[in-house]
Amino acid sequence: MSAAAQVAAGLFDCRDAFAKTIEALAEADSRIVTVVSDSVGSSKLTGFRKRWPERMVNVGIAEQTVVAVGAGLANGGKIPFVSAASCFLTGRALEQVKADIAYSNVNVKLIGQSSGIAYGELGPTHHSIEDFAWLRVLNNLTIIAPSDPWETEQAIRAAAEIDGPVFVRVSRMPVPELRRPEGARFVVGKAETLRAGGDIAIIANGTMVHRALGAADVLADEGISARVINMATISPLDREAIVSAAETGAIVTVEEHGVRGGLGGAIAEVVATERAVPMRILGFPGFLPTGSAEFLMEHFGLTPDGIAKAARELLTKVKR
Amino acid sequence: MASVAEGRLAGRNDLTEAIRAEALWLRRRSFQMVHEAQLGHPGGDFSAADVVATLYFGVMRHDATRPTDPGRDRFVMSKGHCTGVFYAALARAGYFPEAELVTYMQPLSRLNGHPNRNYLPGVETNTGPLGHGLPVALGIAIAGQLDNAPFRTFVLTGDGELQEGSNWEAALTAGHRKLENLTLIVDRNRLQQGARTEDTAGLDPLDDKFRAFGWHVDVVDGHDISQLLDVLGNSPKGRGKPHCIIANTFKGKGVSFMHDNVAWHHGVPNKEQFEQAMRELVE
Repeated sequence: MSAAAQVAAGLFDCRDAFAKTIEALAEADSRIVTVVSDSVGSSKLTGFRKRWPERMVNVGIAEQTVVAVGAGLANGGKIPFVSAASCFLTGRALEQVKADIAYSNVNVKLIGQSSGIAYGELGPTHHSIEDFAWLRVLNNLTIIAPSDPWETEQAIRAAAEIDGPVFVRVSRMPVPELRRPEGARFVVGKAETLRAGGDIAIIANGTMVHRALGAADVLADEGISARVINMATISPLDREAIVSAAETGAIVTVEEHGVRGGLGGAIAEVVATERAVPMRILGFPGFLPTGSAEFLMEHFGLTPDGIAKAARELLTKVKR
Repeated sequence: MASVAEGRLAGRNDLTEAIRAEALWLRRRSFQMVHEAQLGHPGGDFSAADVVATLYFGVMRHDATRPTDPGRDRFVMSKGHCTGVFYAALARAGYFPEAELVTYMQPLSRLNGHPNRNYLPGVETNTGPLGHGLPVALGIAIAGQLDNAPFRTFVLTGDGELQEGSNWEAALTAGHRKLENLTLIVDRNRLQQGARTEDTAGLDPLDDKFRAFGWHVDVVDGHDISQLLDVLGNSPKGRGKPHCIIANTFKGKGVSFMHDNVAWHHGVPNKEQFEQAMRELVE
């Protein structure tokens, strides 16, 4: 789908919200710089480069260095936004993220672009469906996976305000702008209940939130009342919201990520230790076959119907 | 902020002698730390001692009472395992009490086996895994370049450490950006953990490699304070290139039985060895 066709269909690329927000922040604060590894266009930062060429540090195709340079820039008083494809930023540079950023506890923002399976056909080397798992175990690092353009803007603004390391997982998959009540606020570390319900809870983040809402519609038609929770911040986790969700008696988690160690794993750690209820963890099984992002979503059941089916099966199991 | 050179000492000969005395103190004190902890990397502590002493007590503009002053010169200890000499220098320079050195690697001490900036003033970035210091120092130097700030950034790496590819990523960008405010000192003791560098993954000709990456290169005797003062103290302004100083050194320098001996990479002394070293490490 072309960019124009996406907008016509009411779908948005969250990278645009990132680019708009970082430019607004940079206007107001001269300490903000961007750091890229030849990832200017893919981060939608050509506008930033045009306005502030000297405030964009491009280290070339060198992810270890792009992360380390972020740490150094923070030492020199800058607020660096390090932006690169999530698969390389987190996987290639994991030790730099661990030692230079998280363990050193420095004021660097890591922006994982085109996360999840956005690069569907390019294959597992270019998928970033392990990043939650290997980042959420790192102390000090705040991790946010926004669900739509509004939340992307909020997450980037929040990241700039936090004095410490933050990872924001930005999607290029087209998503709709979610309907939120007037005056809705984004709070780091707080889950957002987008739909009330008492029979089961569906907890999702990122591009899966609107699909979870779609699943709740399907379930409502069958008389099942599903609560939908947006867990945009995966670290630190909103444990209270999870315990409260467990009171429905069953939890389905949905993420554009592998099923091991991600959002579902994080929630299962809380559920198992604080209030045990049956769960289903929806996501990808591992290295994926080739196919477009949309195909892979369908194939692995990450659709409103697929999520609803999993919820139904889980409820049947609970009742037995 | 003034360096020792400007503040305390008038003549060059006095300065050289003062730094030599500090380097000797660093060797004695760090070896005592290693002896007490029965842990550490004394061979590399000793090869780096003269470089570290020259930086802290003769070249860098820093003030231990203001460890995060934006205008300070930065020192990044990339060979993070050589905390014996690093912690001794920080304490000697006043970043924390010398008395605390006895806690080196003891349970819950701030003096971890590898440095942590969140515990200890004077540490710029947490190192330990090799190949991390130069890329971070590169970022610090870029920040200085963006602000046209006068501070300098020094980073000390081991030589075996240069086998890590991350260094060469950083070297490429440093040359590309003509970062004259960045000085890399390579502790070229030619020994890595288990063998000679040239028998493992050889680095020679190391000077040519850095020149090819756009650096200004000096090769010096890393135990000659006068030479170190010359190459570290001269202003890099106008050179238009980052500066690489290959400091030819010996692992275990200063103690006969440790000299150029790979066993002392992380060897620790028994009582007799410690006492002999203390007899040798004198003026």
